[in-house]
Amino acid sequence: MTSENTPVSELGLHELTTWLRRCTELIDENAPHLTDLDAAIGDADHGANMQRGFDAVAGILDGEYEDVQALMKKVGMTLVSSVGGASGPLYGTFFLRFATSAKGADALDLHALFAALQAGVHGIEERGKSMIGQKTMLDAWVPALDAYQRAGETLQGAVLAGAAGAQEGRDATGPMEATKGRASYLGERSVGHIDPGAASTALLWEALADVVRPGGPTPDGEADADGEAAS
Amino acid sequence: MTGIVVVSHSRQLAEAAVDLARQMVRDGGPRIEIAAGVQDPETDQPGLGTDAAAISAAIEEADDGQGVVVLMDLGSAILSARTALEFTEPDIVERTRLSWAPLVEGLVGAVVTAASGADPAEVAAQAEVASEAKHQQLAD
Repeated sequence: MTSENTPVSELGLHELTTWLRRCTELIDENAPHLTDLDAAIGDADHGANMQRGFDAVAGILDGEYEDVQALMKKVGMTLVSSVGGASGPLYGTFFLRFATSAKGADALDLHALFAALQAGVHGIEERGKSMIGQKTMLDAWVPALDAYQRAGETLQGAVLAGAAGAQEGRDATGPMEATKGRASYLGERSVGHIDPGAASTALLWEALADVVRPGGPTPDGEADADGEAAS
Repeated sequence: MTGIVVVSHSRQLAEAAVDLARQMVRDGGPRIEIAAGVQDPETDQPGLGTDAAAISAAIEEADDGQGVVVLMDLGSAILSARTALEFTEPDIVERTRLSWAPLVEGLVGAVVTAASGADPAEVAAQAEVASEAKHQQLAD
């Protein structure tokens, strides 16, 4: 359980549920921004799609779950069947693979969380047949994982570093030319716009950082992972 | 008979394409299932999008033991169809083919070929050469 002074050293069902609720809040707040980003280089539905998906996720969080795997599998299936756009299968696969990695666990410590996140990101790579540098959500996921791994030592430190890595990765998608997804039809015209999938990934990380940060969300300082910083 | 699944972002597009293809096999023809669109929870109206869980259910529904060919429109329809195979009965996945054929031409080719009793590999192959007829027609 999160308290003012004790750093979180593992994520159990309570913390993971808190994470997902925070994801829903941040997606709701940022949906117009995500849609604006998608209007520039896609089909202008990323905000609405993510909102529909995470609202559906919020609806399953009050259920009883035996362990981490059961909860995350349900989250993955919910996203897969409610998002509608490419983010559905991509984020859905992320949570399904995260679930498989967490098999039998009641809580995830520093290493188990890394393994689960990494399994999820491999799922995204496999599903999208894409890699870093193609102006996709992976450009936020991969730097986040790298930063998490480099920070090591404590769960809190690693997650906060991961969230900062996700923001940097998101911002770095601006100058990239898209070669995957709808944006690839634009070619060079995709340059100069932040990738909406990378922006939503940074929000998921921001939500995770809020769970491990003592005292919860902070409105200013380095904890501010808001997408507005990119503009 | 090889079953057919139509995956589209739009329910109306899928239904219209199926109507068009069914004209070719007025009596009988293969089982055709549609997995298209997503439900907007607020308005309860069908919206644009694809749903991997619905695709998986449609594949299982369309299979009578001979296998299934899945035709898709674009982009996330393909991602969702691939994702659907992750939670479809493994036996059925083995006899399921995702076809790269263009949706309308491919569907007509697939329905006609399936009606002749062909297996999924042949149905997918005929779907994929179906746009060749259009190419020929314009070249004439």
